[in-house]
Amino acid sequence: MDIPVAFKAGNYAYPAKKEKVEYLNSQSGLSFPNAREWSPEDEDWKLPAGWQDIILRGLKERLEKFRSLKIFMDCCVRCGACADKCHFFLGTGDPKNMPVLRAELLRSVYRNDFTLAGKILGRMAGAREMTVGVLKEWFMYSYQCTECRRCSVFCPYGIDTAEVTMMIRELLHLVGVGINWILEPVSNSNRTGNHMGLQPHTFKNNVEFLVDDVENLTGVRPNVSFNRKGAEVLFITPSADVFAEPGLYTAMGYLILFEAIGLDYTWSTYASEGGNFGLFTSNETMKKLNAKMYAEAKRLGVKYIIGGECGHMWRVVHQYMDTMNGPADFLEVPKSPITGTVFSNAASTKMVHISEFTADLIKHGKLKLDKSRNSHLKATYHDSCNPARAMGLMDEPRYILDHVVDWVEMPENTIREQTFCCGSGTGLNTDEIMELRMRSGLPRANAVKYVRDKHGVNMLSCVCAIDRATLTSLMNYWNPDVGVCGISELVGNALVLEGETRGELDEGLRTLL
Amino acid sequence: MKYAFSFLAVIALILIAWLGSQIPGMPYLFGVALPYLAMIIFLGGCVYKVVQWAKSPVPFPIQTTCGQGKSLDFIKHNRLEAPSTNGEVVARMFLEVVTFRSLFRNTKSEIHEGPYITYESSKWLWCFALIFHYSFFSIVVRHLRLFLDPVPAWIGWWEFVDGLFEVGAPTWYISDVGLVVGCLLLFSRRLITRHVRYISLVNDYFPLVLIFAVAVTGILMRFFLRADIDIVNIKQLTVGLVTLSPVIGAKIGAIFYIHVFLVCVLIAYFPFSKLMHFAGVFLSPTRNLRNDSRAVRHINPWNPKILPHSYAGYEDEFREFMVNADIPVEKELTPSKDE
Repeated sequence: MDIPVAFKAGNYAYPAKKEKVEYLNSQSGLSFPNAREWSPEDEDWKLPAGWQDIILRGLKERLEKFRSLKIFMDCCVRCGACADKCHFFLGTGDPKNMPVLRAELLRSVYRNDFTLAGKILGRMAGAREMTVGVLKEWFMYSYQCTECRRCSVFCPYGIDTAEVTMMIRELLHLVGVGINWILEPVSNSNRTGNHMGLQPHTFKNNVEFLVDDVENLTGVRPNVSFNRKGAEVLFITPSADVFAEPGLYTAMGYLILFEAIGLDYTWSTYASEGGNFGLFTSNETMKKLNAKMYAEAKRLGVKYIIGGECGHMWRVVHQYMDTMNGPADFLEVPKSPITGTVFSNAASTKMVHISEFTADLIKHGKLKLDKSRNSHLKATYHDSCNPARAMGLMDEPRYILDHVVDWVEMPENTIREQTFCCGSGTGLNTDEIMELRMRSGLPRANAVKYVRDKHGVNMLSCVCAIDRATLTSLMNYWNPDVGVCGISELVGNALVLEGETRGELDEGLRTLL
Repeated sequence: MKYAFSFLAVIALILIAWLGSQIPGMPYLFGVALPYLAMIIFLGGCVYKVVQWAKSPVPFPIQTTCGQGKSLDFIKHNRLEAPSTNGEVVARMFLEVVTFRSLFRNTKSEIHEGPYITYESSKWLWCFALIFHYSFFSIVVRHLRLFLDPVPAWIGWWEFVDGLFEVGAPTWYISDVGLVVGCLLLFSRRLITRHVRYISLVNDYFPLVLIFAVAVTGILMRFFLRADIDIVNIKQLTVGLVTLSPVIGAKIGAIFYIHVFLVCVLIAYFPFSKLMHFAGVFLSPTRNLRNDSRAVRHINPWNPKILPHSYAGYEDEFREFMVNADIPVEKELTPSKDE
C-alpha cells in the first residue's frame, strides 16, 4: 500500500467539467462543491481548505448512516477469498484491485481515526493517516471497480465492495473529485430527462425512426405515444436504447412486442431514462434522478410501470426506488392485461421487468414465435451483474431465450451469480480508459471465446444497456466475430405479427433493406 | 516482519506470565484479577461493539442474491440463495454460519498463455477454516467442565466423542490436534499463498500465533508438564471464579498461569479486532435481508427529502419544442406579444 499511484494518460477517466459540477451544485437537494479545472496528473488537485476534516467528518456521518459500512470496516479477516474473483484484478494484476485491498484503502483510514487499536498501534495495526496520497489512491481504485458485487458472493461475511466503492466515491465528491463520464450524464438526466441529453422532440424523433424501421422490415407500423395521460402502462428504458446500435434493435424489439399484444402504454420524454448514474455518484443524486419515474407515473395517471433491459437501473428499481421515493400508492399492483398474471413480486414498487413480463406472455402462449427467424444466430447469455446479484433475475431471460433462439451457456463459473462484469459498468464506459476496460473485461470475453470456439457462438445476448454498448467494444477487441444484442431484440425478431408482410430477413432486425 | 513481530509479542507475553507468576502474591494477579478484568473487557467490548453496529440503520435493502429470486410461478425460486421470507433468511444464515457456505463456493483462477483463464473449485480455505473453528468451539465447550459443578452429563458425552480415537493416555482430543493443525494451516497459507501474504497484516498473524500458543500450553499442561498441575486445585479456582469466591489453594505450576494469561490476552483483544467477525456475520446486510424489496417497502429512517427536477420546470424549458413535435403539454404556448 505504500507505493504511490501515478496518473498518466489512459489510466484515469477525465475529471468532471467545471460547468457540470456547478450546474449540479445549483440543484436542490444536491451538493457538489469545489467546482474547478483540474487534472489527476497535476501534483496539486486544488482541494478545498481543511479537506481532511471534510473527508473524516463525511466518513463519520456515513458510519452513522450505513450499518453496512461499519460491519464491512470491522469484520474483514483478510482471508483472500475475494482476491481472484475481481475482473479488475484478473485483468490488471494490480494487487490494489483485489477487493480486500480496495477496501483496505478506506479501512486503513477508518482504523486510524475511528478504532482504539488503530489509535494506539498506528501503522502496526494497519492504520494510515488521511493524506493526499491516500486520496489519490481512492480516486484511482474507486474508479477501477464497477460495483459488480461478484466478490460479495464469495465473501464469508458478505462484504460488498460495491458498498465500499460507493462510500469512497461519495467522500471524494465532498472535496470536488469526480469524473465527467458520470457527472455529465447525471446533469443531462436531471435537465433533459435522460443521460444522452436528448431533448423531448429529439427523443420522440429517435423512437419514430425506429417505428419507421420496424414498418420497413415487417410491414406493420407500431403504435407509439409520448407523455400520454391515461395510458395503462408507462414504459421506461435506458435512453441508450433509442440512441445507438445495438441498443436500437432492442428498442425495436420492445416496439414489436408491445404492438403484437396491443399494450396500452406510453413513453415519457420527461422520465426518458431508465438508467441512473446517480447510483455511481451518491445516494442523494440517485434519489433525485430516480424520483422522476414515480413523479411521471403519477402525472400521467398510469396503473404501473414496465422497465426495459438495464442492469444498474434494475438495482436501483429493485433495491432503492421504493425506499427512496415510495410508497407508490397511486399505482396499482402490476397485472398483465393479456394473461391476467399479477406480479406480486412487484406489489409495492409497481414496476415489472420486461423479461418477467415477456416470459409470462410466452408461458401463456400469447406470443406467436418463429424461432427459425433467429437461425442465423447461435447465442449465449451474459448475466448482467445487477439483475443477477441484486435481484436474482436469472431464469426469466433464459426461459425467453429457450423459446426464441438456439443458445448455449458459458462455463459455470462465469454465469448466474458468478457472472463477470463487462468491465465498464458504473460509468467507466468512457474511451480514454479503453485499455483498462479491455483488461477488466477479459474474464467475460474469455468465457465468450470459449463458447465461440466450442459451439460457434456468434451472438452475446444480455439484459443491460451498458453491456450492449461496452460488450460491443469488448467483443471487437477480443472476439471480433461475436455480436451483442438485448433479449428483446431476439424476441422482436422471432415474433410473428398479425398482418405482417415480412420478407426473408437474413440478419433479422439488423437486415439492411 | 509482520509475522516475526507476532511471535515476539507472544513470546513476551509468555515470559511475563512465567516470570510474573513466580513472584509471591502474583498468582492472584494472574489467576484471579486478570481473568476477571479480561472477562469484563470481553463482555463489555462485545456488547459495546454490537450496540455500535446496531445503532447505525440499514437504509437500503442491499441483499446479495446468489440464485434465482422469487418471481413467476413457473420460474424455480432458489429459496436459500435469494430468500424471500424470514424463515428462508434464517436458513441461509444458519448454513452460512455453521457450514461456511460462501467459502465452500470458492474458486481459484489462473491465467494461462493465450490469454485464457481457468477457474477450479478450491476448498482448502473452507476446509482449514472448518477444522480451526470447530476445534476451537469444541475446546471451549469442553472447558465448561472446569467452571460447572456438578459437571453436566452432556459435557462428558461431548468429551467422549471428541476423544473417540482413544489415542494415548490421557486420551488426545481430536479438537486439540485440530486447533494446532488448523493454526498451522491457516498460518502457512498466509505465508505461502502469494496474494494472501500480500494482504496479511499483523492483525492477522498475531491472533493465529496467540491461539496457537494457547493450544500448545494447554496441551503441554495436559500431557507433559503435569507435575504441578493438580486438577482439583485448578477446579477449585475456576469454579471459584464463576461463583465470585476464587481461592488459590496449593501452588499451581507456571504453565497454568501462562495458559490462563494468554487466554486473558486473547479475550481482551477480541472486541477490538477482526475476531469480532463472529458477531458481525449475523449483521451483514447483504446476507441477512429478504430479497423481497419490490414486494415490501423497506424503510430508511433518514430518508432525505429530495425532489426531482420538476416536470413543470422541464416543460417550461422545452415547451416550444414539445408543442412543435406534437408532444402533449400541460400549459399551451402563450402567443408572443408581437403577433
